[in-house]
This record gives sequence, C-alpha cells and structure tokens, in this order.
Amino acid sequence: MSTETLDLEERTGAGPDFSLTSEQELLRDEVRRFAEERILPGTGERDKAHRFPEELMGEIAELGLLGMLVEERWGGTGFDPVSYVLAVEELARICPSTAVTMSVTNSVCCWPIQSFGSDEVRARVLPTLASGGAIGGFGLTEPGSGSDAASLRTAARRDGDEWVLDGEKAWITNAGYAGYYVVIARTDPDGGHRGLSAFVVPGDAPGLRVGTPEDKLGLRASRTAPLYFDGCRIPAANLLGEEGQGFKIVLATLDHSRLGIAAQAVGIHQRALELAVAYAKDRVQFGVPIAKHQAIQFKIAEMATQLAASRVLTRYAASVSEDGRPDAGRLASEAKAMASEGANKACWESLQIHGGNGFCEEYEIARLYRDVRVTTIYEGTSEMQRLVVARHLLR
Amino acid sequence: MRIELTEEQRMLRDEVRRFADEVVRPRATEIDRSGEFPRDYYDQAGAMGLAGVAVPEEYGGAGMDAISYCLVIEEISRVCATSGVILSVNNSLVCDPILKFGSEEQKMEFLKPLAAGEKLGCFALTEPGAGSDAAALRSTARRDGDGYVIDGNKVFITNGTDADVALVFATVDPALKHRGITAFLVPTDTPGFSHGGHEYKLGVNASGTTELAFEGMRVPAAWRLGEEGEGFKVAMSTLDGGRIGIAAQAVGIAQGAMEEALQYAKDREQFGRPLTAFQAIQHYLADMSMELDAARLLTWKAAWAKTHRKRYSLEAAQAKLYSAEMAQRVTTKALQIHGGYGYTKEYNVERYFRDARITEIYEGTSEIHKMVIADWILKAS
Repeated sequence: MSTETLDLEERTGAGPDFSLTSEQELLRDEVRRFAEERILPGTGERDKAHRFPEELMGEIAELGLLGMLVEERWGGTGFDPVSYVLAVEELARICPSTAVTMSVTNSVCCWPIQSFGSDEVRARVLPTLASGGAIGGFGLTEPGSGSDAASLRTAARRDGDEWVLDGEKAWITNAGYAGYYVVIARTDPDGGHRGLSAFVVPGDAPGLRVGTPEDKLGLRASRTAPLYFDGCRIPAANLLGEEGQGFKIVLATLDHSRLGIAAQAVGIHQRALELAVAYAKDRVQFGVPIAKHQAIQFKIAEMATQLAASRVLTRYAASVSEDGRPDAGRLASEAKAMASEGANKACWESLQIHGGNGFCEEYEIARLYRDVRVTTIYEGTSEMQRLVVARHLLR
Repeated sequence: MRIELTEEQRMLRDEVRRFADEVVRPRATEIDRSGEFPRDYYDQAGAMGLAGVAVPEEYGGAGMDAISYCLVIEEISRVCATSGVILSVNNSLVCDPILKFGSEEQKMEFLKPLAAGEKLGCFALTEPGAGSDAAALRSTARRDGDGYVIDGNKVFITNGTDADVALVFATVDPALKHRGITAFLVPTDTPGFSHGGHEYKLGVNASGTTELAFEGMRVPAAWRLGEEGEGFKVAMSTLDGGRIGIAAQAVGIAQGAMEEALQYAKDREQFGRPLTAFQAIQHYLADMSMELDAARLLTWKAAWAKTHRKRYSLEAAQAKLYSAEMAQRVTTKALQIHGGYGYTKEYNVERYFRDARITEIYEGTSEIHKMVIADWILKAS
C-alpha cells in the first residue's frame, strides 16, 4: 500500500475537512503579498494604457505560478488543484487581467499538453512554459464558432512530416505574447466534432500572424487578439493525442479551466466586498458612516454570504477535479456559473455603495465592474454551464 | 480541503434515509393535513439515536458529530420537513444547551432521557412582543425561597403541544434587559404550566406549534440552567448551533423538491417531448443543483467548524441565510416545473413549497442573519 493511499484513508477517517493545508496557506499568503506589493501599484495604469503586464511575468514565473499543474519532471511546480485556485483567486483580487494571463497559461495550455502530449512534446515545450520562458495561449474560438465549438472551420492537413493550418481564431488571450498555443483545427471536413484535432503551435511558426488587439470593456491589461493561419506549418509531432481527439481534449480542458475562471471571479468578488466595506465605513451621510445604515449592511451581508458560497463550491470542485469522479465536471460548471454571476452582482452592489464615486475611474471598483463582466462569458457562457449541469443531472 | 463522509457517516445517512422513506414518507401528507404530532415514529427515531445525535453516549445520545447531525436532519426533511424540525428542536435547541451549560445532575436528570428519545423537549424563548428582539421578553422569574416563581406567555413554540420538558427563558429583573434573562429546565407537568391548542400553520404543520402559559409556576433553583442572568448567552449560543440544523432542514426540503421535479420533468411530455428536453427546464434544474450543492457545503462547513471547536457563528449564520433563501428558489422552481399539477394536493411539491417558507423565519429571520453577518464583516475589517 502506497503512502498516498494511506494518507487518503486517514483523511477519509476524519470526515469532511474544510481546512487548507499549511502549504496551501503559505502559498496563498505568498501570492497575496506579491500581488499587493508588486502588481497593485501598476494595475490602474496598465488598465488605462491597455498595457500587458510583461514586466511582471518573470516574477510570476519565479514564484512557480506558470506551471502549477505541471509535474516537476516536466519543469513545473506540481501544485494540487486547490492550490491553483487559491493562487488565481489572489492574483484576480488585485488584477484580473494578470490572473487570466496566468490562468490561461496554466489551464488551457500547459494542462492539455501535459495530459495529451507525447513525452517528446512535453519535454520540448513544458519546461519553457513552466519556467516563464514563454507564456501560453489557447486557440479554440472562431468568429463563427463560440459556444458551438464543434462547428469550427480552421483546417489542418497533413503534408509529409508537417501539419499545415489554415483559418482564423478569434478573441485569443495572450495572442502575440504566447510562445506556444494549443490550437484546435479540423482534420476531417466531414467528421463533425470527431473531425477535430489539437496541436501545439509555436508562437513563431511560419504562416501564423497575430491580428489587431481587441479594444475590450474590461481586462484591458490582458491581450486579446485574433490569430490568422495562412499555410502555417508545424511539425507532425505537435499533434496532441490522436487525430480526431480534439473535441475530447477541448471538453476535458474546459472542465479543468473553468475552475480557474471560477477562482478569478471569487478573487474579484472578494475585492469588491473589501472595497465596499472600506468605503461604507469611511463615507459619512446623514451624520453617520453609511455602514451604519441597514440598507448598506444588508448589501454587505448578501455579498459576503454569496462569496462564501461561491468560494466553498469552487474549492470543493477543485478538490475533486482529479479524482476521476463522474460529478467533477458538473461541479466545475456549477462553480463557474455561480462564482461568475455572484461576482457580477457583487461588483454591481459595491459600485452602488460607492455612489457617484464608484462611477469614476479614480475608484478601483469602476475597473472591477468592467473586468468582472467577462467572467460569465468566457470559457463557456453561463448558459453553456447550465446545459452541462443539466446533462449530468439527466444522464 | 477534502470533503468526504466517513464510513460511519455514510452508514448513518443510508440508515436514516431508509427510515425516512419507509416510515416517515408514507405519513408526511397525512400529518401535514391533520396537524397530528407524530409521536409514534418520533419514539422510533429516538430509539435509533436521532433525538440526540451529537450528545455523548454517556448522556443517552448517539455520540456522533455535527455533520452527522446535519445528515440526519437533511434526510428526514427530504421526505417530511415537519419531522425534521421536531428532531432539530430536540437536538439543537434543548439537548445542546444542557450539554453545554448544564450541571452533571441536570445532564443525568434532563439530558439523558431527552437525548435517548424517551422524552421530548421544546425551546420557549419567543413571546408575543419579543420575536427577533429576544431581549425584550417579559416572562418573569421571581426569586422565592430557594427557588423561583415564573409567570408569562410564550408563542410559536415548536413541539409545545407534546413536549415533556421545556427550556424556558424568563427575566429575573426586566430593568437589567438582556442581563436579567435566565434559563430554566421545566418538566411540562409542573403545576402552573399549560399549553394551548395546535396552531394551524402554512407549513410544517404537524410540529406541535403552540402557546405556553406560566402562572405562578414554582421551580427549584436546581432547574436553573447556567447562572442567573446567563440566559441570553444560553439562548444566543444555542441559536448559533440551531441555525446549522435549520440550514440542514432547508437543504433537505430543497433536495426533496428537486427530486420530485426531476422525476416529473422526465415523465411529463409536452409538444411531443419530455420537459427535460426543453432548455428552460434544463436551466431550472441546473440552477437548483448548483445552489443546493453550495448550500450543503456551507452547512457542512459550519458543522465542521463547530465539531472542531473553531469559530462558527458567522459560518452558521451564512449557512442558514443562504440555505433558507435557496430553499425558496428551489421549491418555487420545482413547483413551476410541475405546472398546474404542482398547485394541486395531488403532488407533494406544494407541501415542500409551503414548508420551505418557515426556514427564512424561525431560529432567526433572514433579516436578523443579515444583521449578524454584516456585524461580523464590518467588525473584521
């Protein structure tokens, strides 16, 4: 019997355990300190300038945050999924743009490469990604294929020792900065979702061009741009898994990456609450701090309660994500839908508590209010999450 | 963070589920209509250890933890919310405070038969003029020799029509406000104690809710629970734990309603397809599942904190608030999925819909919980 099994049995014997391990607490505190000291000072400026946090990525890599789910033998830090959601939460609390840059690298680039790549691809690509030598991207969405991912049209055809990609990807996070993208393309025009395959495409592959960055409502310090593939050539070895497994890889990857977005939303929610509390204690109207008014107190109680619910669901979903349980996908979708909607509501109420000041960019809540909006949209809209949950319930 | 039940907890849940399905479920509709207190199967539940789940065995209980207690209340409430609250009052509002504040003699005399299910307890705090503002209660306990004489009235007392023991709160001096409140364990056959008739309610209709009256009721000092003036502390700390039970009750009600709705949606065909084929219904079911999972986790988390002697007051308040509000939404959607049939007495879902309503009111309204939570959050930062 391995020590791992023994460990699990001991924990099982103790019943439900909601505590974090001391390693997890240490990591959370370290990321929190880093975010407050190093990221926060420039967050507002980068948002205004639409400037990617390039200068921070080296430090984030040094903390081991870019290969958190990558095993140590492939150069990663091999953290557990709960640690991963804790780190994303802490980054997002201070800068959601930086958090998504980090989470995309971890969960939709490193994770599928580790889970489905050959040892040769893993050894070639993962150490660079995990050490911060390059960040990662994920090319699934196309102008005509969002929630209906299986309808995508970017084509990949085999030519000797290479694959040749042609097509267009839309709204790609980290586009232009990524050293590697995981790209989903069609290898069988008539195969429907079984005709899709996944590839690792280097950022400097010939025939790959990055388009004009999007001017977004929020997450303005994260880079989002289209990718154009025009006879883009990559080595045959860069295929992930088997030909035709692309859709399966997408679904498995999204089940996992949703946890990152749920954690991002929890981090934003936490900050929105903190800002509301600080403002309510400080702002005086009718001769007392507005925190003395019951209407404001109730908003704060509601925000705090939904935060507790979103957080416990997110951490629970993360804690079971690698157990092979049949309900893991359902829980991840529930966490993503609930945390993102809860955070949207929290930012709305926090801004309301800030009154006119909240409508001015001088106050942090204005940026958060813009940043949070995307969390119910990307990596599967709330509507798609509910369909996933319902599918689990009905099978 | 590892949320898995122990083997013992799983066995308990399965055993209680079997009892609930076989014994409680067949009676649920009937007692809802008649309001008849189900003393017969209460005694049976007591014999199974469900009357004092978290009470140590030496005091007659089952010697389990707070999460086991949540499992019991959830499983019973899943089939009959009335039966859930009857058990939860005995467990958390009567046994718990005796365990925490009682003397060894009181534990042997009062706790042991209550936890063993041989006797039934009720919690007498609320008065006509003192609901959320419990400190405003006006029942008095006048010192008299080596005992007290209690006079006053209580309302909305769950288990009140059938209880053998009442935990009574009265003030030794109204001028002292909450510092005058004192708690007493009173056998209900004490001269001067009387209860009213069955209060016919919107939901949880067979839980023996009634008024109590105390007229020149003499009690010995040995029945006083805790010190004189300590009653408010007894009440508030008891309600912290009680909230976990109501949260578990709300989770159970929602779980039961969700199961009814899921089954109905699979069976019912409209436009040539089962309701489950429609996106709108799928979304309802997804919402229900999502909120139920979160509520159950919050409830278990509060119970876990209580078991491990961590702070759990904020956690219990959040679990209760969230779960109670969740139960409203889930039972509303469950009834909606049933359409017109859901509005009839032919289906169970209308009972779940009515029963859920009280979880936002008793053992602290949602509004009181929001005050408690805001206080914690504003104090902590």
